[in-house]
Amino acid sequence: MGKVLNLAPVSRIEGHAKIAIHLDDTGNVEDAFMHIQSLRGFEKFIEGRPAEEVPRIVNRICGICPWMHHTASNKAVDGAFGVTPTATGHKLRELLQVMAHINDKILHFFFLAAPDFVLGPDADYSVRNVIGVVKAAPELATKVVQMRQLGQMMIERFAGKAIHPIAAVVGGFSKPLLESERQAMIKDTQTLLDFAEYTLDFAKNNVFNKYLEVIKQLGVIKTGFLGTIDKNDKSFRIFDGDLRLMKADGTFTDFKTEDYLDYLGEHTEPWCFGKMPYAKSWGEGFDMNLDAPKGIYRSNTLARINVCDHISTPKANAALEEFRSVFGRPAQQTLLYHYARLIELIYACERTLELLNWDGITDTNVRAEVTPGAGRGVGVVEAPRGTLIHDYTTDENGCITKANLIVGTTHNIAPMNMSVKQSAIALIKDGKYDQGILNQVEMAVRAYDP
Amino acid sequence: MISDLLEDYGLDRGRFSLHWVSSAEPDKFVAAVTETTQRVKALGPIKDMGVTTAMEWLCSCSGCEIAILNIGEALVPIITEALDIVHSPVLMDHKYFGQTGEGVELTIPEAVVGIVTGGVNNTEHEEVLHEMRKKCQVLIALGSCATGGGIPALMNGMNGVETLQQTQETPSTDAGATIPTIEVPTLLGRVYACSEIVKVDMELPGCPPNPALIAEVIVSLLENRAPNLPTKSVCDTCPTRREGKGAVTEVKRFISNAEFDPAQPISDMRCLLEQGYMCMGPVTASGCAVGRGAPSCIAARVPCRGCFGPVQGKGNQMLDMMNALASNGIDYSSVVDRRSLLRFSGAHGNLRPAKTK
Repeated sequence: MGKVLNLAPVSRIEGHAKIAIHLDDTGNVEDAFMHIQSLRGFEKFIEGRPAEEVPRIVNRICGICPWMHHTASNKAVDGAFGVTPTATGHKLRELLQVMAHINDKILHFFFLAAPDFVLGPDADYSVRNVIGVVKAAPELATKVVQMRQLGQMMIERFAGKAIHPIAAVVGGFSKPLLESERQAMIKDTQTLLDFAEYTLDFAKNNVFNKYLEVIKQLGVIKTGFLGTIDKNDKSFRIFDGDLRLMKADGTFTDFKTEDYLDYLGEHTEPWCFGKMPYAKSWGEGFDMNLDAPKGIYRSNTLARINVCDHISTPKANAALEEFRSVFGRPAQQTLLYHYARLIELIYACERTLELLNWDGITDTNVRAEVTPGAGRGVGVVEAPRGTLIHDYTTDENGCITKANLIVGTTHNIAPMNMSVKQSAIALIKDGKYDQGILNQVEMAVRAYDP
Repeated sequence: MISDLLEDYGLDRGRFSLHWVSSAEPDKFVAAVTETTQRVKALGPIKDMGVTTAMEWLCSCSGCEIAILNIGEALVPIITEALDIVHSPVLMDHKYFGQTGEGVELTIPEAVVGIVTGGVNNTEHEEVLHEMRKKCQVLIALGSCATGGGIPALMNGMNGVETLQQTQETPSTDAGATIPTIEVPTLLGRVYACSEIVKVDMELPGCPPNPALIAEVIVSLLENRAPNLPTKSVCDTCPTRREGKGAVTEVKRFISNAEFDPAQPISDMRCLLEQGYMCMGPVTASGCAVGRGAPSCIAARVPCRGCFGPVQGKGNQMLDMMNALASNGIDYSSVVDRRSLLRFSGAHGNLRPAKTK
């Protein structure tokens, strides 16, 4: 009789999931699933709330990317109330969101992913973690903690809260940036940019080159990609722009964020609380078959790096060109999410400096006049884990009557299930498996940073 | 003998050695010191001397875990030396059902300290929380979800599982979807604070909790003393200027920015409640201002929404706020959506489905 291996909880990720690997009588993989274990109901319990309060409620969807929920939600409320934020208010929102990307990428690479590469995928679980990394490389670890803290405090000093922010508001921002604050931020961001470049070099030498064979195999599947691009020059964007849906063959369609319902659908399975978005506009339905997937696309770092024509900041663009010269476009190798994440880290630092050097950033006209009312608004940003969509309808009193959310991580639930299955089939043969092999199955999930 | 005794206390015998060196043998002395130093270095810091600690997250967002990281550099010695973390899904790979997933019973290792974030909204949360209680000597509920339900407990004002079913019927979702039931936990239809399910030894609220206070709780445990935690209200820690009762008869929504001079410190800005904004400082536990000089939201020139829960963990933030408004001659009906004043403390039966008119 076959058996089921229950890997629970999936660890060093940022949510609640378990992997179940079903083995047949011969000890080979019959099927494998990643079950999402949590359902909270945000779409329903924000109904009835005054819409201007919602950006400081929905940030609790995720304590790691609260800024992205905060800015996407504010955009949706702007739309529902028919308000255009002031130019400075708009840019301050982008500044804070891009800064938040910096910390997130440092966190994921060093705290969650690095133990697999620094200590090895097969190291014992008691040392294969950030504490093990600290002991193995104390100087680097101390530097990482300092850099992450620098980024967090840069946000907190100006915006009051780094976790579960309140400073972006319908119509713009709650306070202006002072010249002295701008100067301090420029200095700190320059330090972070230097560290970002060091990190990419470190990763190229110690991870990507060393694990090239693993990268070519582990969790590799063939899918389409979704990400945000600049409306005009089609370059990489994480705060605003159009959406680009790319097929596995590299062909693509661009569309306005407010038209998302025409392109994306959400499939459901009775064994997973998370919904599974798919490309409805391809007209082929939904299927997670490894050899012939239907409607499956991925989001998050690798997707954004694949869909953009180029990156508008020089250092990140040079890294992108090098990446493409090695792995092509679109790159399908799942572990390359880590590489793409570090290219984005460089972009986030460079973009922060660009925004800080914009003349209008210290202007005091930070919030437009707001009148609550009836309407509908769609707010879209790129969260670390993927395209984030908030869609609200309000009544004449400006309270929410209907909400639809598509959260970054969910785009990748179907692809993660496929990567789990692919890696389990490749690694588990004739009943032979151990904790190191099973950890490699989890590494296929960890790359998506769910 | 000393080496034998070291082993009796669980330490490597190689941490001690005796050499006979004459004062005429400097080379021998150097060699002995070098060899001993290298040997002890190779053994590394003494393991398992930290306080064993298990961490879990339930109906949560991981913001509390990020708050722990925000302790900053002081965190490094805490997690590598002071604490010996034996279970923590976000940081390490210890598994419930054995490392190869063949076990049948959910198991968490024994630990001196247990830290739980998040409330309880499904059967897996219940099971994990009971196991944590069973295995941990001191159980700490960290963050407002664990202490009072937090934002997810806004669900307690809706119609339970019936409302959750509607999340399966959004315009982007394929038709016919129902709440998943296979291989996933059963939803309870409401959110409970940890202390409604098991005995909790210590509570530290906040959304997120203040990193300085998290560090204080951990250090106080290590030093075997009571933690020094704030007991007052947010207003008591707020530096804004209060001029006394004014002409405010209604509270307004936060759809326009407060009046303040950005170049001046917070103490130069008039109290936001006195400016006519709904601000929950009077009925909210302090803690966010520790080490920061002002409450976090006030520092962003934004009114408080009560994320540390009621003062001293007691009371009902909505009723207390209505009382505070009424006693200042402010019309309670000017508060739009007063039930969401319970948005951080909806567990403990505080927030329930409203009677439909």
